[in-house]
Amino acid sequence: MKLFDFIQPATIDEALSAWRPGAAWLGGGTNLVDLMKTGAMQPDAVIDITRLPGLDRIETLPDGSTRIGALVRNATLAHDRDFAAAYPMVAEALLSGASGQLRNVATVAGNLLQKTRCPFFQEPAALCNRRDPGAGCDAMAAPGNSAILGWSDACIATNPSDFTVPLVALEAVAEVRGPQGMREIAVADLQPLPGSTPERDTALEPGELILALRLPARARSFAAHARYLKVRERTSFAFALASAAAALRIEGGLIAEARLALGAVAAKPWRLAEAEAMMTGKAPDAALFAEVAEAVLAMANSPDGQKWKIDLARNTAARALSMAAAGTPARIPALPASPFGTRIEDPQHV
Amino acid sequence: MSLSLSLTINGAARDIPLDDPRVTLLDLLRERLALPGTKKGCDRGQCGACTVLIDGHRVNACLTLAATLDGAKITTIEGLADGESLHPVQSAFIEHDGFQCGYCTPGQIMSAVGLIAEGQAGDDPERIREGMSGNICRCSAYHGITLAVQDATRRMATAEKDDAA
Ligand SMILES: Cc1cc2nc3c(=O)[nH]c(=O)nc-3n(C[C@H](O)[C@H](O)[C@H](O)COP(=O)(O)OP(=O)(O)OC[C@H]3O[C@@H](n4cnc5c(N)ncnc54)[C@H](O)[C@@H]3O)c2cc1C
Ligand code: SF4
Ligand code: FES
Ligand code: FES
Repeated sequence: MKLFDFIQPATIDEALSAWRPGAAWLGGGTNLVDLMKTGAMQPDAVIDITRLPGLDRIETLPDGSTRIGALVRNATLAHDRDFAAAYPMVAEALLSGASGQLRNVATVAGNLLQKTRCPFFQEPAALCNRRDPGAGCDAMAAPGNSAILGWSDACIATNPSDFTVPLVALEAVAEVRGPQGMREIAVADLQPLPGSTPERDTALEPGELILALRLPARARSFAAHARYLKVRERTSFAFALASAAAALRIEGGLIAEARLALGAVAAKPWRLAEAEAMMTGKAPDAALFAEVAEAVLAMANSPDGQKWKIDLARNTAARALSMAAAGTPARIPALPASPFGTRIEDPQHV
Repeated sequence: MSLSLSLTINGAARDIPLDDPRVTLLDLLRERLALPGTKKGCDRGQCGACTVLIDGHRVNACLTLAATLDGAKITTIEGLADGESLHPVQSAFIEHDGFQCGYCTPGQIMSAVGLIAEGQAGDDPERIREGMSGNICRCSAYHGITLAVQDATRRMATAEKDDAA
């Protein structure tokens, strides 16, 4: 690991003035420290923001929206009863990500800003445009679990965050402070598509710090029919091959409003307003959900011409909508966001 | 750079000089404080062998920079037993064959202690398996591990009730 200056500011003002080019903010460190070990990230200065005051609160604002401080830990948010009741698919997505140990440490802002899991990005010996602009892209020859939407010839990586997927569906915003003052960015705009500049993997300007995330009050209206579904290579502690956050507001048996965002298919969660609008005023039904899923994936193609991931994403989207229509369970399932719900009897030694 | 950390490790307060900000909690424990019970598997958050408790919460020591921890209370596998009498989770791992080679075991036990304190899994085997998924066992002792965590959860709940009565 390259040597760095370790800075531990006590206030937000101190943190902002400590920032300089080549520095990195340290939240829980579960992504940054990992990438500093491989050498994919080599900051000259690491600014530990975990001691900044006031950023670890979950608050309901007078207008009914929810404000989540940037340093709230993933586990704390997922297990907050009021939060999980109001935004169940956000809690389910959080609990489907990483492990108990990692969720205890990972901050909500760090989760949103985690880097792609593309193996060639993580390995400095590989060629990667995202890490080293203009170098080339070793993933092109071995796409594996790559993007199927919004990718470019420069980069085919996906965004790995589960948490971000329901946040995009529910139109969350990030409150950001930087050298130019405060501003707000829709979480949907936080991760740009790669285009010809994949190295620009966040809409944050250098030196900007996320202070909080906000979920609008309207997002609560989906609580009765909201699910996150995540298909993985193993049932737990694995990144998504395809995932979907689906939320319906059902009134008098008809869908009054629908939200759908797909994860692991692009460099950002994928949401298509036209597909959501197809459900408005209709009765929830598997045939309708299949049409919607078809529409969302209509533009999909994979860099290596393989169809498996497109099929998987389509089926995941349709199934997540059906699960949402069936209703949010009273308690988050034992296997969060899993397609498997089988209960095995008490284990015993034979 | 030189930092000085005040840590409470397994109940003992210690002032620890730190000359390098790159040192992880895992390397601090193993290489500098002669506490090798905490194991290094992947060193990247993927296996759970390095699990310890920080202020009562289970975390991966390999991804935690020691420099961030001033003032923290750390519990490692060495600090779990009370003299000669084992922690209920340790006893349960022995009784239920929760290991073979034993390499992952300190991490498994610390993770189980953290999981039980979190109170989310109860004695439901499916929730225990999910809650323990951050700990990989190369010997695949998972069946015994699940039984051990379930049994320890029940025993600790009973002990708590008895204490309250
Ligand atoms: C083995 C393993 C498995 C995992 N599995 C999953 C999974 O299944 N699903 C999933 O979603 N995630 C998964 N993760 C990723 C994990 O969720 C992230 O590492 C974690 O959420 C990052 O949060 P952090 O606070 O530790 O971030 P850090 O590592 O501290 O920071 C991450 C990035 O965000 C920047 N940053 C942090 N805070 C701020 C801020 N307030 N303002 C601006 N920039 C900031 C940092 O500079 C850094 O670039 C896994 C990680 C590991 C190691
Ligand atoms: S897909 Fe993107 S992140 Fe992966 S090697 Fe290519 S440029 Fe790098
Ligand atoms: S050594 Fe820390 S998780 Fe593997
Ligand atoms: S007992 Fe050998 S790795 Fe778990």
